[in-house]
Amino acid sequence: MRESHQNMHTTENVGRGLSGLAWLSLAMLTSWLILPLIPLALWSVSRSWFFPDLLPSAYSLRAWNYVFSTTSEVLPALGQTILIALGATFVSIVIGLPAGRALGLYQFRGKAIVEILILAPMIVPGIAVALGLHVVFLKLGLAGSEFGVMLVHLIPTLPYMVLVMAGVFSNYNPAVEAQARSLGAGPLQTFYSITLPAILPGLLIGSLFTFLVSWSQYILTLLIGGGRVVTLPLLLFNFASAGRNDITGAISMIYILPGMLLLLIGARHLTGRNRSVEGMHQI
Amino acid sequence: MSDVLLEHLTKIYPGAEYPAVDRVSLKVESGSLTALLGPSACGKSTILKMIAGLLAPTSGDVRFSGASVLLQPPQSRDAVMMFQDHLLFPYMSVGENVGFGLKMRGRPKTEITRAVGEMLDLVQLHGLERRKPSQLSGGQQQRVALARALILRPKILLLDEPFSNLDESLRLEMQMLLKTLHEEMKTTMLFVTHDQEEAIVLADKIALMLAGRLRQYDIPQNLYGQPNNREVAEFFGARNFIPGRIVSGKFDCSLGQFSLPDHIQPDGGLLTCRPESVVVGSNTASENSFPATITSKRFLGSQTRLKLDASGQLIDALLSPNLAEPFQTGAEVNVHLPRQSLWLLP
Repeated sequence: MRESHQNMHTTENVGRGLSGLAWLSLAMLTSWLILPLIPLALWSVSRSWFFPDLLPSAYSLRAWNYVFSTTSEVLPALGQTILIALGATFVSIVIGLPAGRALGLYQFRGKAIVEILILAPMIVPGIAVALGLHVVFLKLGLAGSEFGVMLVHLIPTLPYMVLVMAGVFSNYNPAVEAQARSLGAGPLQTFYSITLPAILPGLLIGSLFTFLVSWSQYILTLLIGGGRVVTLPLLLFNFASAGRNDITGAISMIYILPGMLLLLIGARHLTGRNRSVEGMHQI
Repeated sequence: MSDVLLEHLTKIYPGAEYPAVDRVSLKVESGSLTALLGPSACGKSTILKMIAGLLAPTSGDVRFSGASVLLQPPQSRDAVMMFQDHLLFPYMSVGENVGFGLKMRGRPKTEITRAVGEMLDLVQLHGLERRKPSQLSGGQQQRVALARALILRPKILLLDEPFSNLDESLRLEMQMLLKTLHEEMKTTMLFVTHDQEEAIVLADKIALMLAGRLRQYDIPQNLYGQPNNREVAEFFGARNFIPGRIVSGKFDCSLGQFSLPDHIQPDGGLLTCRPESVVVGSNTASENSFPATITSKRFLGSQTRLKLDASGQLIDALLSPNLAEPFQTGAEVNVHLPRQSLWLLP
């Protein structure tokens, strides 16, 4: 305890000493994240913008009107993207939570092999797997369906969930569950009142990653969806390659929205300003 | 209140060579305060978990007041277990921790609040409901854990090394508190400890476990003075073991013939006498005496340990320091083993 306090003090001191550098890096990071978005935002409201003008010569909401019109595919694609990402997140939790618990809490034979297998999708390019899977999915009738796309999104999302949960559970004392059981809590009550509060921050961060990884899939969706499942990144790519910079800009603005929102929510947990993270440090 | 009966209780962990608990049969009397004593990893905690329902036995039975509870999940057994680390739930306040069990049983809020207040008074933590466990001292945390278990008025309270993480003075305080609470609530309590002093101070009866087996189940005095066998005697600090045999009612060995106390069965081939009972330096050549050489002398604080060599038979003696004062290493002394302090082992 005392040691960690000392560490906190030293980091605070370093932070104060290097505040100039800290501000500089913050400014750089912000510009790195924000600056590329400015032309996109401008494009979405431009009517004509020709080289070498610094700003559009005429503005209009044409692109936005198109995006929200009933004839465009943007809103259905948005719904489909959200649905698939939520589905992939849900399945990732159902599989990743028990798997992460097993990896984080127990030592068993072949654990190293299991860990490598779980990491494999992050090492092997997803497209190689998807090409092979495509044949299987065709036979199973899963190709070209939303469900099939959701399933194939699990390849890149599951490792995130499992690894985050394994980390959470490696700092977890399962004896508190036994204590709760002995005090009269049933298995479900124990999960809701004891386990869940302890793992919630990690679970939220894992879900966040999972959602965003699924949200940004392009190749896997294209291959397994076969053009019948149109998600936002597919649509974005179509408009971008068709040279419709204004519509590309508008869709991009929508596309970056969940990432921004989830990061803002997630940042609270990552920086430890949240009550449940405080609790996790105590365990 | 309820008695606990263990019948040939056995636990073999998967892949383990020896059983962690080996055919333990034991009856914990209703309303008693009983200690399961033994060195670490002798299977004590495993027994507790099997009674609480947190671990399934390989074979054997656990009965509460005669009825087997093996098929009942932990939450429906009327036995609450308290772990070594207080294991307070960190997200909950002290009040929520203490009220946890009642909440799980679906009791109304007002009843829980009242019961929590009463229970905190009982463990002398009046008015700390709103604190977080992390804001309490180690002793206070242990009190909260005790209150959290006792609020359920369980028929059986199981305690796994409850005070081993506390420092000396706090431990004594908690032991007294437990003893008081036991007398007040009359709950059957079974506690695990590796500390024989704690077992002797607290328990009505002690079950001594060694390597997964129950070696002796008796009142503390008997474990000290009348151990069943050499391992039990050694665990309680006996050092002097003199081989020999019974000849016409006396124990005949290399040091001579020893008269035995009247109450012991004259069988067994090992004579033992506790180091603190050995008398050194008595001049009178009375019975049960023999000459010996002091080979070492060591001051231990409240006592001084003398190691003696009586023609090859080693004898340990614990004397009060002022009595040991005149004896020096290498000196020839007369050693007396008082008749009433002798005991025979198989």
